[in-house]
Amino acid sequence: MTWLGALLPPDLWQNEQVTNALLVGAVAAVVSAALGYFVVLRGLSFAGHAVTDIGLAGGAGAVLLGLNALWGLLTFCVLAAAGVDLLGERARERDVATGVILALALGCGAFFLYIGTRFVNEPYILLFGSIFEADAGLTPPLALIGAACLAVLAVLYRPLLFCSVSPETAAARGVPVRLVGLLFIVTMAVGVAEAAQVVGVLLSTALLIGPAASAMYLTARPGRGIAVAAALGVMETWAGIVLAYDSYYWTWPVSGKGWPVSFFITVLALGVYLLARLVRPVGRRRGEHRPPAVHNPFPEALA
Amino acid sequence: MDALFTQAYMQNALLTGTIVAVLAGLVGFFVVLRGVSFATHALAQMGFAGAAGAVLIGVDPLWGLLVFAVGGALGLGLLGAREHGRDAITALLLVAALGTGALFLTLNSSYATAAFTLLFGTIVGISREQVWLTAALALGCLAALAALYRPLLLATVNPELAAARGVPLRLVGVLFLVVVGATAAATVPTVGALLIFSLVVGPAGAAVHLARRPLTAMLLAGAFGLLATWAGIVVAYNTGWPVGFLISAAVGLLYLAARLADGRLTRPTQGARSTAATSIDGRPAGTAPAR
Repeated sequence: MTWLGALLPPDLWQNEQVTNALLVGAVAAVVSAALGYFVVLRGLSFAGHAVTDIGLAGGAGAVLLGLNALWGLLTFCVLAAAGVDLLGERARERDVATGVILALALGCGAFFLYIGTRFVNEPYILLFGSIFEADAGLTPPLALIGAACLAVLAVLYRPLLFCSVSPETAAARGVPVRLVGLLFIVTMAVGVAEAAQVVGVLLSTALLIGPAASAMYLTARPGRGIAVAAALGVMETWAGIVLAYDSYYWTWPVSGKGWPVSFFITVLALGVYLLARLVRPVGRRRGEHRPPAVHNPFPEALA
Repeated sequence: MDALFTQAYMQNALLTGTIVAVLAGLVGFFVVLRGVSFATHALAQMGFAGAAGAVLIGVDPLWGLLVFAVGGALGLGLLGAREHGRDAITALLLVAALGTGALFLTLNSSYATAAFTLLFGTIVGISREQVWLTAALALGCLAALAALYRPLLLATVNPELAAARGVPLRLVGVLFLVVVGATAAATVPTVGALLIFSLVVGPAGAAVHLARRPLTAMLLAGAFGLLATWAGIVVAYNTGWPVGFLISAAVGLLYLAARLADGRLTRPTQGARSTAATSIDGRPAGTAPAR
């Protein structure tokens, strides 16, 4: 059992930073997975990623003005999400609109950094994450905002699923398709901004897209898919945190230098996705080679 | 104002900016038409991770950039070509590459400021050799784009017809992404991952709203890019503000102005006036959920 002892050293559980990271990471992973299922279903991955990058600029701007970085992050994220929805009604135009808004926001970020030189290290922390340094006091507000996002998602659940799978039929049935889309993208922005504040921009995208996209290959039913995504997200996060902790003891290639946790979690997210794609029980059972994202997982809605 | 054109470093900046803006505009036309802005963003960032890795093992960052950007393009093309959830795999490859880049940066702590330059770009401090290198790489990208032009255009605006004519859709798509990756690799060392992205997506996004023919749109995109770049460099020279911010702001304004001029800021109508928009209307852009 020496390898197990090496993987899970006893001092792991006594380390307050690690236990806090495990808790915060699990909350971020569950909220991201639930939001991410609809992000993947609606083809919003670019917007989901861009919103966090844009929030980065907002955080920088807020610090410059002497405000709390969290509020700058949230404001920029929500504004960006609304802008993407407003400017990009159709998928192709949304792609370009997202790109232009993202470029503009990154430019603003460069400008804020130029003005506030004392802030130079901050973008690295925001971008690559510092889950081990996550402030324990941030856990309750994070959990609260996450719970609020999940509650909005629960209310939106049926109309949102209907609109995502079959927008024309939903519109014909009187579902306010644009309003539902706007509400969802704003909810997503709030959830993603919250996660990015704690685990970093990079990990928030990894946790938003990776588990949900993997779950789509493993089950065709939306409710089960969200549950599978949440479970995968929590497992990827915990495995990444444990491996990052272990890496402090690794002697190759340089000893005494921990590997970043964002490396482990992002690579795990990609690996699990590729594995799920390879396994692909959904497609095999139905004898088709389409991902379930284009398959209607909600046939009774159309009956 | 005279010093702007006589100082060697400003000449280098203007020359590089010109090359990059034209290349980005021409490539950007197809990026916008094919809806691969996210892939472009991802490829530029992947190049950044590759450069960090190259420095770690002690080779020229350009090789790392090329390997990661072109390898990323191949990976995206092969994994995402037939998938409707293409942007999901783009996001995952992007974060995995950036995570790897974070690892490289951690293992090699001396690299942080250079990494910052690769992200945000510095248009001053470009040597004459770099100008020639950028020019040579840009010529290679343009030659590849010219060779791909006709099949790529047909495959983009009417994939069914292209397939019927025997155009290998998948191969053309992968080759185009490789050109985008090579463009990113050629331009990231001088202008930064952020700036090349604004120059690829913004001017072309504006141009397809105004032009009715593909060649006009490409030329217009190149012209918009040039305008934004020159204005950005001149203002940066006079104010000392970061050139990345100025150019992306100019590009954003151009895009908004073009959309306003096209008269459909919020509501794209059926029967849109620009050729580029109508020609792909019948095709789901890869992200629309199908029934």
